[in-house]
Amino acid sequence: MEYMPEFRLCAPASVDEAVGLAAADAGARYLSGGTDLVVNVRRGIERPAALIDLSAIGELKDIDEDDGGLRLGAGVVLRDLAENETLRRDFAAVAEAALAVAGPTHREYATLGGNLCLDTRCLFYNQSEWWRGANDYCLKKEGETCHVAPKGSFCFAAFSGDVAPALLVSGAEVELAGPEGRRRIPLAELYNDDGMDHLALKAGELVAAVHLPGAVAGVPSAYAKARVRGSIDFPLAGAAVALAMKGGGVEDLRVGLTAVGPRPFLVEDTERFADAPLDGAALDDLREMVRAQAQPMRTTTVAPWYRRRVAGNLARRLAAGLAAASP
Amino acid sequence: MESTLHLTLNGRRRGDLVPDNMLLVDYLREVAALTGTKIGCDGGECGACTVLVDGRPRHSCLTLAGACQGRHVETIESLEEGGRMAALQRGFHEKLGAQCGFCTPGMIMAAEGLLRATPDPGTEDIRASMASNICRCTGYIKIIEAVQAAARELAP
Ligand SMILES: Cc1cc2nc3c(=O)[nH]c(=O)nc-3n(C[C@H](O)[C@H](O)[C@H](O)COP(=O)(O)OP(=O)(O)OC[C@H]3O[C@@H](n4cnc5c(N)ncnc54)[C@H](O)[C@@H]3O)c2cc1C
Ligand code: SF4
Ligand code: FES
Ligand code: FES
Repeated sequence: MEYMPEFRLCAPASVDEAVGLAAADAGARYLSGGTDLVVNVRRGIERPAALIDLSAIGELKDIDEDDGGLRLGAGVVLRDLAENETLRRDFAAVAEAALAVAGPTHREYATLGGNLCLDTRCLFYNQSEWWRGANDYCLKKEGETCHVAPKGSFCFAAFSGDVAPALLVSGAEVELAGPEGRRRIPLAELYNDDGMDHLALKAGELVAAVHLPGAVAGVPSAYAKARVRGSIDFPLAGAAVALAMKGGGVEDLRVGLTAVGPRPFLVEDTERFADAPLDGAALDDLREMVRAQAQPMRTTTVAPWYRRRVAGNLARRLAAGLAAASP
Repeated sequence: MESTLHLTLNGRRRGDLVPDNMLLVDYLREVAALTGTKIGCDGGECGACTVLVDGRPRHSCLTLAGACQGRHVETIESLEEGGRMAALQRGFHEKLGAQCGFCTPGMIMAAEGLLRATPDPGTEDIRASMASNICRCTGYIKIIEAVQAAARELAP
């Protein structure tokens, strides 16, 4: 038998019921596909008192048209996202990012909500109990020092979800449901810049859906990532680019990054490319801008300098491709 | 906590008292005594534990048994046809798609999921849809040939 800590399993039939269960038990955790959480439970990183399985909740599984845009339920599995025709046409980066997550079997049951909320990752953290114990644990869990930056009191574990940067360049908002009701916030506000506490969810809150605005539908976009094995790995760095051109000049350029810090984020200052053509010099500028803002730390076996350089190159390559394809 | 799990396992309905924290792979191996499904890693890395849940491939090592309430679970043991190997099993056997054989049950279940959706897969389809399964022995070429051989045999 595999090691598993004790916990209760609940399978609520509605969002309200799920939120009620979470509100009643501070040690409870939401469970979707489990491709992130169950790994951490098996490794002794998480010891939840209860798991609230969201997979029986119908509301979370729908993809609906919404004001020219889309409402994606948090329980939609990544395979369905990647194959959705409307998404592929109107928000290509999101479909591409969904297809880039883990491997095909994972995508059969790993969900959008789980991908937005997955734990941050680090070489010294995503290890078995005995590995971490033999290494005196670390700040993020049970230990006193950070092995990445031993003098500090900050955790640099990297947010490594693929879909978030693609949603960021698409102007996505997330719909949250909690004990105090529902609220809707820009996706960027879901994240804190802190590897130990990277989600700005309130106690008992869950992600119910993602809203993609109609105004952005059809803007060309793309996603690419660097990883150790082409077929199955977490990103070492991932970039999404959305590019609207008008009359040979840039109308709107957005770049979202993942896996280069504790939260996914939009690269700042891309407005300065507006109204000019995206020529070789501008693309070089963009690459350097991305490299300056990507600040990965030594949280993977691959060196931070490489991840910074590759983030810049990915963004440049995607932007060049989108520019070349624009009429 | 324990509760009664009702599911259809390899075509037969059954009910078992199962602890809330039990993984599907442990349920299959320890409760249902179906040891064809293997455990090759500490969670989600290798694909040796792949089974079909409601017809789609899924890692039984990351799935809680309790989350399969009312569902159809199929394991490698479901494939044989009256004591004879199914086409996929024969493909792996004859095309040398199995060496040590440890990855094979997971490989075959992933391939079974593929063939049900795509009866005539190209090499790229096979590579793409079996990328969650790792093999230390074969180098994968023989596995691709095995799946293609099975697809040919099953073609109408
Ligand atoms: C071998 C392997 C490779 C992987 N590669 C990648 C990769 O390349 N890219 C990538 O992005 N991920 C990767 N993953 C991680 C994981 O498979 C995905 O991030 C997946 O999308 C997580 O979704 P899930 O439904 O399985 O989440 P779960 O594991 O169920 O949940 C993850 C976290 O989110 C919380 N949660 C789940 N749903 C909600 C909700 N609706 N509201 C609030 N909180 C919620 C859970 O409490 C948990 O903390 C990989 C995993 C493995 C095992
Ligand atoms: S960055 Fe430091 S504190 Fe955070 S997980 Fe890694 S070693 Fe631990
Ligand atoms: S045992 Fe390795 S993926 Fe399940
Ligand atoms: S045959 Fe040995 S691991 Fe695949």
